[in-house]
Order: sequence, then structure tokens, then C-alpha cells
Amino acid sequence: MINFAYTRATGIADAIKEKVEANGGGQFLAGGTNLVDLLKENVARPARLIDINRLPLAAVEPMSGGGLRLGALVTNADTAYHPEVQRRYPMLSRAILAGASAQLRNMATNGGNLLQRTRCYYFYDVATPCNKRQPGSGCPAIRGQNRVCGVLGTSAQCIATHPSDMCVALAALEAVVRVSGPQGERSIPIAEFHTLPSNTPHIENTLSPDELITSIDLPESPYAAHSVYTKVRDRASYAFALVSVAAGLELDGDTIKSTRLALGGVAHKPWRLPAAEALLTGKPATKESFLPVAEALFAGAQGYEHNAFKIELGKRAVVRALTLAAKGTAAIHDVNGQTADA
Amino acid sequence: MNLATANASPPATQFVTLTINGQQRHLEVAPWTTLLDLLREYLDLTGTKKGCDHGQCGACTVLLDSKRVNSCLVLAVAKDGSQVTTIEGLAAPGSELHPMQQAFVDCDAFQCGYCTPGQICSAVGMIREGHAETADDIRELMSGNLCRCGAYPNIVAAIEKAMDATRARLSV
Repeated sequence: MINFAYTRATGIADAIKEKVEANGGGQFLAGGTNLVDLLKENVARPARLIDINRLPLAAVEPMSGGGLRLGALVTNADTAYHPEVQRRYPMLSRAILAGASAQLRNMATNGGNLLQRTRCYYFYDVATPCNKRQPGSGCPAIRGQNRVCGVLGTSAQCIATHPSDMCVALAALEAVVRVSGPQGERSIPIAEFHTLPSNTPHIENTLSPDELITSIDLPESPYAAHSVYTKVRDRASYAFALVSVAAGLELDGDTIKSTRLALGGVAHKPWRLPAAEALLTGKPATKESFLPVAEALFAGAQGYEHNAFKIELGKRAVVRALTLAAKGTAAIHDVNGQTADA
Repeated sequence: MNLATANASPPATQFVTLTINGQQRHLEVAPWTTLLDLLREYLDLTGTKKGCDHGQCGACTVLLDSKRVNSCLVLAVAKDGSQVTTIEGLAAPGSELHPMQQAFVDCDAFQCGYCTPGQICSAVGMIREGHAETADDIRELMSGNLCRCGAYPNIVAAIEKAMDATRARLSV
């Protein structure tokens, strides 16, 4: 870990001012669960940490128009167990509780969850090349240990995944990320927040350098009664997703009115394809309806030596998630986010 | 990030006030000092263990403002004004063990014991959170505490045994 300066921001404007003054050498410190680890690994090497934990961004509030605003500094645990999140956005609550450990969820914040870095082994290991960590140095994952890497939207420079569970549900719920920066405030739809690696894998989102996430806004959702987060991993708890699926169905009797689907563990961002979701509109909620959607989502997928299994696994997980969602949220969940066997 | 900036002279230490196991401490720390290192190296509170030092094993679990956290990922300087309870502070010196400590003894819920302080602090934090009812809940919500000896069955039994007494203690 390198030596760095530490300052505590007194307000949003102050935090942004300090970030600008740090001239590219500053990083915001929130929960620290990923950043402090990256400091220890010498992957993050800031000259200054700007502590934003005392900023007034720690509330969950109803929005005029019916949505729910999740403050950037609300912890993942407080978000997952918030009664309004559980009632109106059970998919989000379950996704959060499927990730990390209870200790980490007590520390990690909503804003930080959006910004967590990939868990690709080569990104963490400073003894190896990594285009994300050191642009132009190469990507050993493409021919190396790539079980945790992506199969959709990868590039010749990077095949890393975004590791978040929470963000997969946020993608399915069409959340909006509110940010504040030197040029003022703006809103970024979640679909436009994270980026694909292409030729710039070191760029992971569309935040401008000195912008601060202030909240994640959830629009009203018709999916609460039929939503699920299915996560497939190497052990039953406390492991990153090999493949995960956030699924929401809006049903009229047995007929599907609308669908939301997002995939985790397979790409550099939560993977969503509205055209695939539209295939289900007007169809009955049956396996026969779901199979073509799974095929469409993985169209063009490219597997690598140790992760090609994710393509078939992912398709099956999509069918399973939709099948569970059709049964109803209440039928398939317990309080700790586990999915009962169908 | 250029190296010239990274290698600049070390920034000054800062002062923090923490209440640790009920005792207020005024401390001067470098910004990069973790709460775990502060407890062990500055205060000789070596009950809290350093396992992985990366937030993956749970051996360093303490209660920070009553919530269980991985102290290896907490920068002490950021927690000015906070309350910390470690394994040393669960029961007053010379008094009876905390019910969770006693249950771990009674149920033989450890072998080498290295993960035990973290397991016990985590279990107390979990019960305060109020989401664990069944053994399955305990297994899921304690998954952030690894035990390489594999004492899990007895750990779950100990937590189940101490649950009511721990709850009663929290409510007073």
C-alpha cells in the first residue's frame, strides 16, 4: 500500500472541489470494501483519499411520481432490508443479499457497488499484464484462467466481468444513477452507466472524472409480484456469480404483459437485451416461451477455454429464473435471499 | 497516477478518537492504518485476528457502532467518533463470559481457535441484525466467517444455543 493523504469532505460541493484539486490523483472513499483491498494490492495508488462518508447521502426516500431514491451512502445491508425495497423491489433486495458477506454488506455502499472493479485474477495481480490496470500491457485472461471472465460483449483487449449482483437487478429495474460534478447534476440511465471493454477496458463507466454519485433512483415497478434473482456460483454462499439472472414478469392471468431480464457474471456490464424481452409479450409463461429468449440473449456469445460452459449454463439459468418468476415472488424466496428449489 | 505524486513524502498522521470496549482512546494514526492494525499493533488488543487481510475470511470481525464489519478493510482515520467492540469487550474482565462465548466453549465450536473471535463477534452482530431464525439462516448469514478446521456444525449449534440469551442481553 502506498502512502496517501486523507481528507474528509464536509459537503457535496466540497467533495467535488477536492477531487478537482487532486488533479487525477484523488479517489472518493465510501465503504472501502473494494478500494481498501485494491490499495493493499497496489492496484489503486491514489495520492489522496477524499472521505465522503459524512455527506448527507444516506437516506432511502420516496420520490414524487412514485419511485424510490436510494442514497449513494446507504449501505447495501440497509438497502436490502429496507421495508420499501423488500416490498416494491424484491428482486433488488434478493440480489444484494446474494452478494458478498453480511460484514461486507454492512460496510459497502450503493454508490460504491456501482463502481466496484472486476475480480479478474490478472487485474488484481500487479505482477501480470492487464489492459484494464495498465492500458496496452496485454490480457493474459484470454488464454489464461478465465473461469470468472465474460462470454458476451468481450473484446480482444479485455474479457473481464462486472462482479456486482446489485447492479444486475438495477439494470432489470431500469434504475437511474444521479451524479453531481463540477458542471452540475445529471442523471444517467443504468443501461448507459457501465461500458463494454472495447479498446478502452480501463474505462468502466460514463462518469466524468470528478463526478460523484449521489443516488440511485428506482422508477415504479410492476414486477414486484413476479420477480427473482437466480445466482449460480461455485459454492452456496459468499462467492461471485458464474452466471446470475434478474427476472421480472408482469402477468395478466397466465399471459405475459412485459418482461425484464438482466444477466450477471457474463459481461463487462449487466447484460440486457430489450428485444429478447419483447419476444415474451403476449405469450404464456411457459418453458416453451422462455427458451427462445434464452437463445436470443446469448446470441453471439463467445466462450473461452475455462468459461465456455457459461453459455449453456446461462441459457438454463434464464429459463429457470423466468419459470421461478412466473410462480410468484412470495412462493420462491425466504428472508435471506435464497431461492427454494423449483 | 504518476509515480512522482505516489512517492511524495508521507502525509502527516491524524488524530482520531475512538471508544474501544467502552474506553475512550485518543490516537494518532497514519491514514493507511486499518482498524485491525490499530487494535493489534497500537492497543495490544490481539484477540481480533488477521487472517487474509482482504475481507475474505472474517477473522478480523469486530462490532463497529454495533454492526459487524471486517476491521481489515476499515481505515481507522475515517471512523473518528465511533464505538468499537472487540472480543475482549464482549464481557467485562473478571465477569462471566458473554453467552455466545460460553456457548462456543460448551459446544466445542472450534479446533485451532484462530477464527473464533471473529465468529463470536459476527454471531453477536448477526443476532442484533435480527434476520436469523433457523440453522439455515445462520449458515447463510455467517458465511463471511471461514473456519479452516471445519468446526461449522458446532459453530451453528453454539449460535443456536446462545441466540435467546444474546437477544435478551441486547434489549437491556
